[in-house]
Amino acid sequence: MQILDRRLNPSGKSLPNRQRFLRRAKSLVQEAVRDASAKRDIRSADEGGEVSIPLHGIREPSFHLGSGGIRDHVLPGNKEYREGDEIARPPGGGGGGGGSEGAPDGGGEDAFRFVLSREEFLSLFLDDLELPDMAKRRLVDGADPAWHRAGYSVSGSPANLSLPRTMRNSLSRRIALRRPKPEEVQALEEEIAALEGKPEHAERVLELRAELERQLLRTRRIPYIDPIDVRYRRFEPVPKPVAQAVMFCLMDVSGSMTEDMKDLAKRFYTLLYIFLQRRYKHVEIVFIRHTHEASEVDEETFFHSRETGGTLVSTALEEMRKVVADRYPPSEWNIYAAQASDGDNAAGDSQKTARLLVDTILPACQYYAYIEVGREGEHGIPGFPRGPTDLWRTYEALVNAGAPLAMKKVRHRREIFPVFRELFAKRGVTEGASA
Amino acid sequence: MNIVTRPKDLLLYEGADWNFDTLMRIHDACEEVAGRELGLDWYPNRIEVISAEQMLDAYASTGLPLFYRHWSFGKHFAQHEALYRKGLRGLAYEIVINSDPCVSYVMEENTATMQALVIAHAAFGHNHFFKNNELFRQWTDAKGILDYLEFGRGYVQSCEEQHGEMAVERVLDSAHALMNYGVHRHRRRAPDLMSEQKRERERREHDEQMFNVLWSTLPEKAAQPTARGEEERRRALLQLPQENLLYFLEKSAPRLAPWQREILRIVRNVAQYFYPQRQTKMMNEGCATYTHHRILNRLHQQGRISDGAMLEVLHSHSSVIMQPDFDDPRYSGMNPYALGFAMMEDIERICREPTEEDRAWFPDFAGCGDPMPVLRHGWAEFRDESFILQFLSPALMRKLRLFHILDDSAQPVLRVDAMHDERGYRRLRRALARQYDPAWTDPDIQVVDVDLGGDRKLILEHRVVHGRLLEEQEARQVLRHLASLWSYDVLLREVDPASGASLREHAVSPPR
Repeated sequence: MQILDRRLNPSGKSLPNRQRFLRRAKSLVQEAVRDASAKRDIRSADEGGEVSIPLHGIREPSFHLGSGGIRDHVLPGNKEYREGDEIARPPGGGGGGGGSEGAPDGGGEDAFRFVLSREEFLSLFLDDLELPDMAKRRLVDGADPAWHRAGYSVSGSPANLSLPRTMRNSLSRRIALRRPKPEEVQALEEEIAALEGKPEHAERVLELRAELERQLLRTRRIPYIDPIDVRYRRFEPVPKPVAQAVMFCLMDVSGSMTEDMKDLAKRFYTLLYIFLQRRYKHVEIVFIRHTHEASEVDEETFFHSRETGGTLVSTALEEMRKVVADRYPPSEWNIYAAQASDGDNAAGDSQKTARLLVDTILPACQYYAYIEVGREGEHGIPGFPRGPTDLWRTYEALVNAGAPLAMKKVRHRREIFPVFRELFAKRGVTEGASA
Repeated sequence: MNIVTRPKDLLLYEGADWNFDTLMRIHDACEEVAGRELGLDWYPNRIEVISAEQMLDAYASTGLPLFYRHWSFGKHFAQHEALYRKGLRGLAYEIVINSDPCVSYVMEENTATMQALVIAHAAFGHNHFFKNNELFRQWTDAKGILDYLEFGRGYVQSCEEQHGEMAVERVLDSAHALMNYGVHRHRRRAPDLMSEQKRERERREHDEQMFNVLWSTLPEKAAQPTARGEEERRRALLQLPQENLLYFLEKSAPRLAPWQREILRIVRNVAQYFYPQRQTKMMNEGCATYTHHRILNRLHQQGRISDGAMLEVLHSHSSVIMQPDFDDPRYSGMNPYALGFAMMEDIERICREPTEEDRAWFPDFAGCGDPMPVLRHGWAEFRDESFILQFLSPALMRKLRLFHILDDSAQPVLRVDAMHDERGYRRLRRALARQYDPAWTDPDIQVVDVDLGGDRKLILEHRVVHGRLLEEQEARQVLRHLASLWSYDVLLREVDPASGASLREHAVSPPR
């Protein structure tokens, strides 16, 4: 009889099976994930959750009998039936259930529901998305160092004991100090044994005995392994280059931006943040809001406080340029910027905006996305035809001139995911700007 | 009964908490009763304490502790997990593995009383059954199973490394679809699971020299009159008809690589290992339930578990053996625990205080006084089907109020064919026994021929019983898997065994 405690065994034994299952059902799960994420609040978009996929894609078929033919059922709990009684067939066929169920999985079920973890959910959701240019790496303070082998040391933990090196030292020391080998001692003993009892060799035996005594003493004095032989493998911390990113959120907060529009923008920023976090170890966020002047603010102020004033987009870009120059040298940081606006800009500022963007901002950025938020059904209002906004026209011209800029219009929450996916779809980021 | 004072120190444990010493004491107490009073004979026990997640793990791989990797286990895990998390389903208190030593997994969440129940149930009841039942003795190798699973897992993994996960997955998918048809029902080769590894190497060498009739390119003799004899010879060579489809494919599928054959073999051996379980589910649970009932009652009588604990035992026990009536919404077939336990208790009753009827029906043991030899004999020599045929008494049929319904889809109504009365007992018993006979409940599908002269089409036959045809959609899916292993066309004929007429045919070509 044995009692074993298995609770401490590493968990996640079935993880490989799960991964195989997810891979197998990938297209189905991915679809389900997208459906699920479209329905849920974006703030919880990065949580795992239950998804449901159609069963047919992951069925394990086996031979079993269909309906029809003659069947027997033996059932318990007879109340009033007598032999020969006839009973109307219960609706739905089954014939009283029992004895003949088909698939063990329950053939009637048409959806398979299970729970995805946050990681799985996101990796499926972001699976075919790609961050453009995430190449810049540099050494950051406080990042986890990587440990590299660096020779041997005389102290260390037993786990790092280097046996070959220790034994080598031991061997050379034993040779240098002439520690008798076991064979030599044995040879002496054998010789003594051979000569013993023969009076003619008595003297020789005495000599040999003395020699043996000396050898044994020496063996005892010179240890086989001495503490000075012991060597440990040494490791040295080497700072690891880390890819780090900073994300600039630029937003127009002038009176024309409603709470709804801000909410749309916020959703987009959240997605971008999640996405960046998955690819970079360090992601910092800078919030810059602007009316006719721009300032860097914290998140709370950014989304919730109201400002009045005109609209000068160039001020935000100017502010961003300053922050970049101050704190985020483009050589060390991967810079991502997302601008949200309703498209208004003061007449005459467009030129300045375009110049700033092309000359300083875009060269420093890995990626620059412009999201134009609007009210739902806006383009449908009769008598109020809205052509492209000022900002849109400005940016479109830039894109047509080949600037690496992505732009999209969003009017409703449900469009956020598709737009995001389109902006970051693998390959061809900038082509997405034509909508 | 004289009043026994029950000093506190007799108790094995108090309250719900337990530790390893408690488990040890419980085990030893159970062992004493199981050995001295019930005369059970078991493999050495190994009790492993596991967490809920590990229990889910074990669920997913059908209770085996180590298994090769396959997506379907991940699927089952996800399914169980979702149900468990929502609280729709509790977890089993234990899982027991037919191995030597016999491994019982017990959950850490169980109370001390539940642990006592589980140990008596699994570590002695199931364990005794595994060790003594003829089916298990004949078909499974308790000593070798853990080693074999280890080998299987390693082999599949090395195949994945060599041939890629996808290729291995395809073979496993197909093999799993045919798993129920990977069982030898009649013949029995001496089990030799320990030397599988060596055998696998030898197979590869052997294959190179093997003569496979399928590849024979010698011109056929023109003589027509011998066609009959020719067919006989071919069938004999391919060992046809063959009901073990996986075995047939492993030996004769023309285009499988050696590693694919080996995987088929692994799946087949696992299926074979589970084959007795399916046939003895009811008895096995009955044996274990009866054992825990006897042991715990005795421990209570001896004052070694408290009255409160006994109430907890009775509560679990009675919910386990609950059998809802057929018209109850909770009804989902015969509860194997209920029927098994009822039969064991009934046998005890017949041995101790038989009625005249019992004496007439069971002359050889009615009134013999000691039920244990009768039960031990029953547990050793029977399977569910034959056990019911042999031991189900009229008294029990009346008690359960069993009745037999004949459901003929050609008739507009169901008919009550037999019930618990003098005229019906024997027919009722036969009908119930049949429900536990896989030969009766599983469709009988065999490989009957291979068209060697033509396009190597594989021909299978489903011998239709009582006009019950296969479920068509699913049958086609399975046949597709079969065809992908066979690599040529496959034809499944559903025939009426009486007239030989073909009722339906399914033809499937291998995926290109």
